[in-house]
Amino acid sequence: MRTTLKAAGIAALGALVLAGPARAQSTKVDPAVVEAAVKGMFGHAPAEWQERIVQDETQKACSLNRNQPPADIANAITARETKNVVLPADGKFLGDWKSGEKIAQSGYGGRHTDDPKRELGGNCYACHQLSKTELSFGTMGPSLLEYGKIRKYALEDAKAAYIKIYNAQAVFPCSNMPRLGHNKHLNEQQIKDLVALLFDPESPVNK
Amino acid sequence: MIGKMIAGIVTAFTIMAAGLPAFAQQDETEKEIERYRAMISDPFSNPGFLFVDRGEALWKQARGEKNVSLETCDLGEGPGKLEGAYAKLPRYFADADQVMDLEQRLLWCMEKIQALDTKDIVKRKFGRPGVTSDMQDLVAFIANKSNDMKIAPQLSHPKEQAMAALGEALFYRRGGQWDFSCATCHEATGQRIRLQALPVLSKPGPAAQATMATWPTYRVSQSQVRTMQHRLWDCYWQMRWPDAKYGAEAITALTAYLMQNAAGGEIQVPSIKR
Repeated sequence: MRTTLKAAGIAALGALVLAGPARAQSTKVDPAVVEAAVKGMFGHAPAEWQERIVQDETQKACSLNRNQPPADIANAITARETKNVVLPADGKFLGDWKSGEKIAQSGYGGRHTDDPKRELGGNCYACHQLSKTELSFGTMGPSLLEYGKIRKYALEDAKAAYIKIYNAQAVFPCSNMPRLGHNKHLNEQQIKDLVALLFDPESPVNK
Repeated sequence: MIGKMIAGIVTAFTIMAAGLPAFAQQDETEKEIERYRAMISDPFSNPGFLFVDRGEALWKQARGEKNVSLETCDLGEGPGKLEGAYAKLPRYFADADQVMDLEQRLLWCMEKIQALDTKDIVKRKFGRPGVTSDMQDLVAFIANKSNDMKIAPQLSHPKEQAMAALGEALFYRRGGQWDFSCATCHEATGQRIRLQALPVLSKPGPAAQATMATWPTYRVSQSQVRTMQHRLWDCYWQMRWPDAKYGAEAITALTAYLMQNAAGGEIQVPSIKR
């Protein structure tokens, strides 16, 4: 009796699973089909926008692996992106934290209705906590509160921060963070200003 | 006016909550917005219902070279049958041999049934001050006819399965100036951009249901009923991609994928949002 009940229960459970809403499997879609759909959506965009539509190797690898690349691919990404980092020619990493704060606050730029001549922002607060005074911060990235203070304002750490902002994937393969320098969203001076926001003892980040 | 009211409420609560930690402040603000939303989300105070009324008139109006209405348009449930049609879109249409969302299907019906030149319709795809959008009006009217019904994704036809699978691939496809994909913001649980909470849309569940079951919506900040085509266009704009083409297959694919994850969600539209 008990066995029968159990069997019936299992059968019912099986039926439930089978009767659940039909759901397409996470099957592999032919990349050519995906690219054709992308082209169909953006093909009419101005010529200068067309290169944004094509994926580079890193974007491709992160998409296919859903941001969880196996070790060999992860290593290939960090190796490639490290080569892509351009460090400041003058060997200095610290700019002006006050402009850094403005860049961190601003999310302007890069959208197709934005004026390309206006200064672009880094939109840091969208994802990171940076100072105790700004309460409107996102949580997509880690809190950067007291970032420089915790690191005792070490120059090596300032350099590492420059690299992370310039190209996050040189450090964290398939990071959600945009490669702000590599993708030419922020320029060298802007990244230095952001490093100063993190590393200047007078910056609100360290207060 | 409503925009100002909601801004006022948000400001008031931001000030009141200034001493609280950000998450608690967010919680309080959200609760208050939710109360406000419930207060005005009925046919007598949600301006979205003006769009519904205009949409009904457009549906019945004879137009195009053939000077007929859209009333014989088949949205999947049979010619002219509107009840529950939106809950099953996008779906495969044999006459077009294509999976279509509501907006693509309406354009198709305008061209095939009314012989209407849709150039002007597409030009007014997104309403703005002084310019009404036929598409927004029609979508508000038709989607409203699926209220209280559950989202029932159609996946029996191979082209429907392929469309949802394409949508999933697009959801994870990173690119553009900021290396973003939809998954960047809508995969992990409990994350925010600034103070805006982000729904998880990459798996079946209440977040995907609550999101998809409340579009189209009246957006207070824009004074317009916005459709899913507009929402996804807006996402791509925010992701720093180019201007997404209205009615593109990719948008339908993403919608099919999202509706699949929203299966069972009970439709209440037009809703009202920020």
